[in-house]
Amino acid sequence: STSATNEEVHSEPCIHMITSLDEEDGTEMGEGDEWMQGKTLIKPLDQLDLTEAELKEEFTRILTANNPHAPQNIVRYSFKERSYKPISSVDQLAVHFVLEGNLLHQDSDEARRQRAKQEKATEGGGEERADSVESKAGKKEQKITNQFNFSERASQTLNNPLRERGCQTEPPPRANFSATANQWEIYDVYLEVLQKQEKNKEKAKAVPKKDDDKGKKKMMLVETQSDDITKVAKVAKIIERMVNQNTFDDIAQDFKYFEDASDEYREQEGTLLPLWKFQYDKAKRLSVTALCWNESYKDLFAVGLGSYDFTKQGRGMLVFYSLKNSTFPEYIYPTTSGILCLDIHKHLPYLVAVGFYDGCVAVYNLKEETLQPIYKSTAKSGKHTDPVWQVKWQKDDMDNNHNFFSVSSDGRVVSWTLVKNELVFTDIIKLSLAGAVSEGPEGVQLPIMACGTSFDFHKQIDYLFLVGTEEGKIHKCSKAYSSQFLETYNAHNMAVDAVKWNHFHTKVFISCSSDWTVKIWDHTIKTPMFTFDLNASVGDVAWSPYSSTVFAAVTTDGKVHTFDLSINKYEAICQQPVVAKKKTKLTHIEFNPVYPIIIVGDDRGYVTSLKLSPNLRKKPKEKKGQELPKGPEVEIAKMEKLLSLLREPENSNA
Amino acid sequence: MAEVEETLKRIQTHKGVIGTIVVNAEGIPIRTTLDNSTTVQYAGLLHQLTMKARSTVRDLDPQNDLTFLRIRPKKHEIMVAPDKEYLLIVIQNPSE
Repeated sequence: STSATNEEVHSEPCIHMITSLDEEDGTEMGEGDEWMQGKTLIKPLDQLDLTEAELKEEFTRILTANNPHAPQNIVRYSFKERSYKPISSVDQLAVHFVLEGNLLHQDSDEARRQRAKQEKATEGGGEERADSVESKAGKKEQKITNQFNFSERASQTLNNPLRERGCQTEPPPRANFSATANQWEIYDVYLEVLQKQEKNKEKAKAVPKKDDDKGKKKMMLVETQSDDITKVAKVAKIIERMVNQNTFDDIAQDFKYFEDASDEYREQEGTLLPLWKFQYDKAKRLSVTALCWNESYKDLFAVGLGSYDFTKQGRGMLVFYSLKNSTFPEYIYPTTSGILCLDIHKHLPYLVAVGFYDGCVAVYNLKEETLQPIYKSTAKSGKHTDPVWQVKWQKDDMDNNHNFFSVSSDGRVVSWTLVKNELVFTDIIKLSLAGAVSEGPEGVQLPIMACGTSFDFHKQIDYLFLVGTEEGKIHKCSKAYSSQFLETYNAHNMAVDAVKWNHFHTKVFISCSSDWTVKIWDHTIKTPMFTFDLNASVGDVAWSPYSSTVFAAVTTDGKVHTFDLSINKYEAICQQPVVAKKKTKLTHIEFNPVYPIIIVGDDRGYVTSLKLSPNLRKKPKEKKGQELPKGPEVEIAKMEKLLSLLREPENSNA
Repeated sequence: MAEVEETLKRIQTHKGVIGTIVVNAEGIPIRTTLDNSTTVQYAGLLHQLTMKARSTVRDLDPQNDLTFLRIRPKKHEIMVAPDKEYLLIVIQNPSE
């Protein structure tokens, strides 16, 4: 409104102007009015109170170009005058506001440069390097590159997120194994492998023997299933022997080491030292009827038990003892009939031939588990009809079959051959009474037979053997001639109980009989060389294996008579009773082939072992300066000397 | 089998024998005539000793093997016989 522009400070309002406007602006006018009307002076309280005159006073204000803020007395140091001097003119410019623009003139350098840059950028990427170089070059000075123009570039592929996956199996079953690797364990394993190989080879070879193998396999199975105790068998045996050794320690020591020192003081006599006594409970009522040492196992001997009493014949027993165990036999074989003789094969220590009272012969195999003989003669297979008094193994025949001979009271000397599973017999000779021999060569067999009671085979000459009969005659026979004897000796008045060749001298043999005599013969001469009367029925006589002139005889009065012809030709050098009770009769005697002991059997079932004292074992004294000559030759020479002594007087007499 | 039993019986009743023990390969006594504690003691100790003795013998010569072992203390004598699987121990008083 125009009234508003009126800026005169006059206090006279133009009411009529204003009122004309009132009609147009209702309220504004009202306000203006009020403002106009309200322009009565309202004095602030602190306003200066001036008079009117003072109020009308005019003050003049001049606009000049001087900056009121600019200083008017700036001084500068002048080095020339070395003092401060005021500057004449002071800059009066006052800057109120500055704003820098970013506009360039299009023709300026900078603008050109920028334009060029923009053009290049729009042209395209091209080589970034060039770009970067360009850009770098454009922006700054050119960057120096390396001599290879190498610039490293790296890029990274996406790293795949890692994921771990595992799985676990069940651990294999474990067992702890520990062993020591000794030399002997290695050796054992090697042996096992060797044995297996050998077994395989055998199986490959022995195909037709399948049944045997099966049988053996069955045996094996049975063994393993049975009680564990059986495996202790071997060990138990060893322990038993050890225990026995302990108990009979003194005997064992004597056996090995004792030499009777008192023999030095006795000129010729010797003694027998009793060692072990062997007895078996179940054999108490039987008498020892046969003794035999085993050639291979020098401590093993066989005892045949039976009865000499012809009225009381019952069972018998075959028992084997070892010197290592005197309390119990090693092998026991009960038999139905009494045993009268036995012989162990020289080379096969497990084969034993046995002759029975009932006339049978049997062969036992010690290796077999059974108690039965492997062969037995029967009535069909030619068994003797009378007791068999002696059996003896022979060398294998041409077919490599084992064979043995037997002599019996029925007058037959029979050869038995072990052919596969049978016992084949061959009559070798039939003993007939002496009277019949002289009859012609038709070989008429007289029905009267002599009874053979003993025989012995020559050590060297195979076919030659001696047979002693119940009539007291000894016949020298040959295997080749079945009807004739080579020689007959009228030996004794009663049955010849034993006849034995000398171990060394080929011509000499000894015989003993129940007529109380022992006679020594040279088989070329019909009369005995020596005769000894022993005052009692002689049960058995045996040569010693170590000397040709030593022999021993046992009598029914319980004595053992030992003779050494090189020392004393007429008397025994030892006569010793060996059994406690005088009633016991000694029945058999045998020398051990190696050890200086003898075993003596009696009729109560005992076997006593005795050690020969040194006097009984005398070897010939070597002449001074000469070496000890070899055994057999010396023995033979010894005997020969004796015999020649005997012969000379005979010759001279004759 | 009866033979073995008889043999063992004979050993047990032999003069001077105090006791017998049968021990198996692991050192456990199977049969004994002595009381339990003594048996166990004997079995354990002698088993080890026998093994050692056997090892010694065989180390010296692998073809050799231990047949038996005798130990003579003052009072009794102990005899041990080893086998592949078993051990037999016998205690005896020898000097009777």
